[in-house]
Amino acid sequence: MATDTLHHEGSVVHHEHHDATETKLFGFWVYLMSDLVIFGSLFATYAVLMKGTAGGPSAAEIFELPFVLVETFLLLFSSFTFGMGVLAMNAERLGQVKAWLGITFVLGAAFVGMEIYEFQHLIHEGYGPDKSAFLSSFFTLVGTHGLHVTFGLIWILVMLIQLSTKGLNDMTRPRILCLSLFWHFLDIVWICVFSFVYLMGVL
Amino acid sequence: MSHSPTNPTNNHGSVKSYVTGLVLSLILTIIPFGVVMSGTLSVLTTVIVVAVTAVLQILVQLVMFMHMNTKADEGWNVMSFVFTLTILVLVVGGSLWIMQHLHLNMMIG
Repeated sequence: MATDTLHHEGSVVHHEHHDATETKLFGFWVYLMSDLVIFGSLFATYAVLMKGTAGGPSAAEIFELPFVLVETFLLLFSSFTFGMGVLAMNAERLGQVKAWLGITFVLGAAFVGMEIYEFQHLIHEGYGPDKSAFLSSFFTLVGTHGLHVTFGLIWILVMLIQLSTKGLNDMTRPRILCLSLFWHFLDIVWICVFSFVYLMGVL
Repeated sequence: MSHSPTNPTNNHGSVKSYVTGLVLSLILTIIPFGVVMSGTLSVLTTVIVVAVTAVLQILVQLVMFMHMNTKADEGWNVMSFVFTLTILVLVVGGSLWIMQHLHLNMMIG
């Protein structure tokens, strides 16, 4: 690091400022890694319990893959639109950042809406989390992800408000970058849910 | 303040890398979906296709969307990711291994 600082002597202020953002992002990255362990343990629980249907329905009987594919596309496109928002932020275009974040919010909200509909539908059919070990672990895993997305939506709203009142500055920039990591991370967790819970569940 | 995109360490991707990531992710989502829906392949082959496309898509998004690389932070984000993967393999693999043996011993598997 010492030599690194020497090389950047001409832009010490910028360098230190840049370091602070990098440190924040790395700290947030470490949080995401610990969150990944939570999801890992929930996936392990689901994998162990998925055969425990206790006379209730099996995965193949209740999963509707085309419905879940739409959910997957919503989250994937929202990840892309957030990326466009970060690019707009790098290009100093505040209006575009807000527009992309707004689109991301709508896509994320549609995803959460579809998931709530799916849960409500299952519970209405009598296949709630109390029915079997399989359904308990399914609701816990998918519900934890859905809860994360919901908090991500709240965070997007907060950032939209902060962008309107404070604009793009040294405080809002790192927050948007952390939020983008959070959002992409949730998309990656959903790929695992889609592949290992839904697709493999119906086999 | 120079937050210019020319600063190499402040590089958060380009339109091209995000579009590439999106297209690759779409393809890697549709392939396993099509294979499972058509049901023409054997179960083992289908499981392999789903697992491989999932891992590939995770790698695509880690690199194209989250910009994980060995240069930023002297590679510490990759190091922490590899450490987390080790924990995940132990937790998920170990749980399945142990519980499967328990099921067999108790004759309820």
